[in-house]
Amino acid sequence: MKYITLFIIIFALWLLMTFNLETPNLIVGAVVALITSLVFGKGFLQDSKKFFQLQRYFWIIVYLFIFIWECIKANFDVAYRVLSPSMPIKPGIVKVKTSLKTDIGKTFLANSITMTPGTITVDIIDDEFYIHWIYVSSEDPKEYTNKILGRFEKYIKRIFE
Amino acid sequence: MNDTISLIFIVIGVVFDLFGCIGLIRLPDVYNRLQSATKSVTLGTCSILFGLFIKYGFSAIGMKALIAIPLLFFASTVAAHALIRGSYKSGIKLWDKTVIDDYKDVQK
Repeated sequence: MKYITLFIIIFALWLLMTFNLETPNLIVGAVVALITSLVFGKGFLQDSKKFFQLQRYFWIIVYLFIFIWECIKANFDVAYRVLSPSMPIKPGIVKVKTSLKTDIGKTFLANSITMTPGTITVDIIDDEFYIHWIYVSSEDPKEYTNKILGRFEKYIKRIFE
Repeated sequence: MNDTISLIFIVIGVVFDLFGCIGLIRLPDVYNRLQSATKSVTLGTCSILFGLFIKYGFSAIGMKALIAIPLLFFASTVAAHALIRGSYKSGIKLWDKTVIDDYKDVQK
């Protein structure tokens, strides 16, 4: 099952990349996808059933819009800090706890954190994220956990868990 | 019309790339510099690619530009994570005015 899912994904990506539907191209794509899925299928997602649950795709689209908005905000934030003469930064590394369980969920959360205003994931140890923050705006763990994770965690839970 | 819109996206992208580079020079230490290098440069480059997609539409070039956006996004976030963790592990000091460092506790 894993292998078939991976094969479909790689083949679709190949078709999009090459963007032509002639027979030789299809054959080359199928062979490449077959080899790749045989080699890497083992390390692929633990649970490939999730790929065929349609409500997850709906949440991916919702998440995408929120993510793009946050991403644009992040850029204006960084541009402001970089360009203003006094440079309003107050950096620090904080620890936040997540309630996500799966590896892929944590990966996506870490990547989203890296792209949002002023935060970069330094390390993940079990369920604790260590985050470098360019402007530490509060000292209270509960408040900054909510500030950093709150926007994405619930959507990622719906998509990947 | 499409040309104008794509040009706007490309100009926005170049401007954000420029902000990223200014940040790379102005900010005080490697951790803060990575902040500006990842965020501004990723969105800037994605914006340039999206402008290219609008110009060429659903053709071979446009689709390649569109697929490059998620790839670039994953590559740059993972690279930023690897760099920032690597520099901490190899003992580069945080800036003097850093207010809090929880990560120190888990290091041996």
